[in-house]
Amino acid sequence: MRTELVWKVGGEQGSGIEKPGSIFLDACSRLGYYTFGYRHFMSRIMGGHTNYQVRISHRPVFAMGDHTDVMLIDSKGAQEAIDMNIEEMAPDGVILADAGMKAEMPAGSRIQLLKVPFHGIAGEIGSDLYWNMVAMGASSAVTGLDRQALRDMVSATFARKGEKIVQANYEAIDRGYAYVVEHYGEFPHLKVAPVSEPKRRLTMEGDNAAAFGALAGGCRFLAAYPITPASMVMEWMAKEAHKVGGIVVQAEDEMSAVLMAIGANYAGARGMTSTSGPGFSLMQEALGLSGLTETPVVIVDVQRGGPATGLPTKPEQGDINEMIYGSHGEIPRVVIAPGTYDECFYDTAEAFNLADRHQCPVIVAMDLTLGMGKGTVEHLDWSRVRVDRGKILTAADLEKLGGAYERFANTADGISPRALPGTPGGVHLNTADEHTFAGRITEDQQDRRLIHDKRLRKIDHVDFPGLAVRGDLPADLVLVGFGSVTGPMWEAADRLFAEGRRVAVCQLRRLWPFPADELQQVLEQGRVALVCEHNATGQLAHLIRAQCGGDLLPGLRKYDGDPFRPAEVIARAKEVIADVSSARIA
Amino acid sequence: MSAVLVSPKTFVSEFPTWCPGCGDFGVLRALQNAAARLGLQPHDICIVSGIGCSGKINSYFNSYGLHTLHGRSLPVAQGVKLANPNLTVIASGGDGDGYGIGAGHFMHAVRRNVDMTYIVMDNQVYGLTKGQTSPTSPTGFASNTTPYGSAEGPVRPLRVALANGCSFVAQGFSADLKQLVDLIIKAIEHKGFSLLNVQSPCVTWRETIVEDGQKVGVFEWWKKHLHNLDTDPDYDRRDRAAAFSKLIEHDDIVTGVIYQEDRPSYREYLKGYTDKPMADLATPLDDATLEQLAEQFK
Repeated sequence: MRTELVWKVGGEQGSGIEKPGSIFLDACSRLGYYTFGYRHFMSRIMGGHTNYQVRISHRPVFAMGDHTDVMLIDSKGAQEAIDMNIEEMAPDGVILADAGMKAEMPAGSRIQLLKVPFHGIAGEIGSDLYWNMVAMGASSAVTGLDRQALRDMVSATFARKGEKIVQANYEAIDRGYAYVVEHYGEFPHLKVAPVSEPKRRLTMEGDNAAAFGALAGGCRFLAAYPITPASMVMEWMAKEAHKVGGIVVQAEDEMSAVLMAIGANYAGARGMTSTSGPGFSLMQEALGLSGLTETPVVIVDVQRGGPATGLPTKPEQGDINEMIYGSHGEIPRVVIAPGTYDECFYDTAEAFNLADRHQCPVIVAMDLTLGMGKGTVEHLDWSRVRVDRGKILTAADLEKLGGAYERFANTADGISPRALPGTPGGVHLNTADEHTFAGRITEDQQDRRLIHDKRLRKIDHVDFPGLAVRGDLPADLVLVGFGSVTGPMWEAADRLFAEGRRVAVCQLRRLWPFPADELQQVLEQGRVALVCEHNATGQLAHLIRAQCGGDLLPGLRKYDGDPFRPAEVIARAKEVIADVSSARIA
Repeated sequence: MSAVLVSPKTFVSEFPTWCPGCGDFGVLRALQNAAARLGLQPHDICIVSGIGCSGKINSYFNSYGLHTLHGRSLPVAQGVKLANPNLTVIASGGDGDGYGIGAGHFMHAVRRNVDMTYIVMDNQVYGLTKGQTSPTSPTGFASNTTPYGSAEGPVRPLRVALANGCSFVAQGFSADLKQLVDLIIKAIEHKGFSLLNVQSPCVTWRETIVEDGQKVGVFEWWKKHLHNLDTDPDYDRRDRAAAFSKLIEHDDIVTGVIYQEDRPSYREYLKGYTDKPMADLATPLDDATLEQLAEQFK
């Protein structure tokens, strides 16, 4: 029996496709499988094609599957579902479709089509709403997944609606299962071995993990404007933050959102905003405000396809330059990049320590695949979440200074202690005009040089890992990337290793200040490197060249709105390895 | 050291760089008087200002002050107040700052009703950038940016505030110190968002106003036309329709409290409402709470 399977449900958007997708993923998680889910959707409420790919495995998985083994198709939007997904089907895969479906399979296709009366059976049970449970039952017949787990999910989901509804859903599952067994028999090649001792792990979307991390790390204020693919950060906080005294404000726009967060931080809160590219563009002037007034703020940027409105529901990493260089003038800032769901949790919690310590904007660079994708988190270690508020003076501290307090005192590390408004003895002006160490507006040349230097040296030492290397060095090939590209690189490296290639993965964990020395040391131990990134112009590759010197590294650049698949990383990696001599040419 | 006797002098810091005769001097003095009469301590007040001549007011007022970006004082001020409800938060700026570049924030701050005060020094002209047309400039106003006269009509901030449910709307005149002090006190004491628009003439870029072909000094002009609602015993400040009628009748040239309404402020609508400053809440969550939150992901 196999230990891994890729399952997918597809159909017309707005017809309830997300539900079976999440039910299947959650059921598999409960059965002890590692899961990875990605939802393909469009920027409209009804109509258009949507699908939800769920990969399950006995071992941790961090990427979408290259091929789909079992696909479920509803009658609505069936033709589009077939046309858009047939190429992704494994040659021995099957499609489970509603018996009333009018769509045709492409001529010559060898994919087996199983027609099951999803809606017919549901109608007999009493409501068309049960169709997706009939389909779940049919899926379990093909894959051999334990029907009990589906029943447990039904109990958990519908218990509130009463025993009758629960029983009807059970019947739907059983009849879907029975129909497949009776009409089509068994599919031994698609059977997934059960997990012998299922562990109860966490299954999270990156957005939710980031929001949870923020709350865990002491964030009690979030102001944001709804935007795909970052809305879930806001929605999760709106649901949970009040339990610990937190406030979520829906701002009128992203300028207001980030400015409210800056105001809250200035007044002593741990405050944040969450957004995506278009909103992040609107926040650029405020980044400078945070930088110049030395007020902490945490911004989660869940990147999506740009520019302008761009590809609102598709992944991209096109904001690298904007995150690092955005806003006029020069400010200290920190940009960190989680690549897994648990890193979304830990990094967002840690972002507040960095912001408080360095008194500057801290940007958590995420992307759509990471933010809206869903997968297994082995374990969250609460002891890893710390709260370090940096230098803040109490009334007693200020009294000792006897009126000599300077908000922007010229310290060795550049970081000047804060006095929060409301604290006796700390009254001062903080201005977004250039100012003296005491905070008064100045245009004096000497004042300007000294305080600008002071601010910029605040990030000379940032206590956050620059990169994470997986695999042994020296290596034939070093794959370099960050964010959601990390998982596909890891899997590509594993599969290349199985073919006898020595491949290491260098995941960038901090984009700014750029870990140039660390990266250079890694690159020197690879015969060749390949930069995998989700944009067309090679923003990361150019950043590496600017920071580490040398020629532009070869790249795999993806900007078609589809997440990275391990197979395409492998294909490009082989090209690069095959011709090391030409590998130094971009 | 926290509770000292205060006087208007307590709130004096450096001397303003405003032009001699600028209306903003009156606003600063009124604010210092009002803070003293309210018995506030400098560390309990936070003035968040925008950019322009008027935005410099917190450079000259002794309290916590955050001088921000052009048009952005209101969102920052709301963030400050929500993070520490114990502070007296005042946002301030000019007409260009609040009703031009920051107009989007103005409308929403009004309806959000966070418990804070917004003081706008309205002079119908851009001062710091040297005399350009502002969003409250009258039609036909000639300046470097509209040399042949402005084609646009002015923003009506008091009416915008009324229409969007502002719970306290008032207008003052910087030359009437007594009334202005009184209005600032009422605005600060009001529970919810209070708008105080102050006619604060610019003596450099709008020194005179042409009326019936005659140039009239800007202060004289306002004194001549202002209708003081405090002298009208029959005026009902709780009647929104009456407020609109009064503004239309006098072309918005009125002073006094125009409208006031008692309704819960933003904070009181929040689930889990607490008056604790968030600086005290920025602590890690205990393991039991974290486990409880994690349960939804299992």
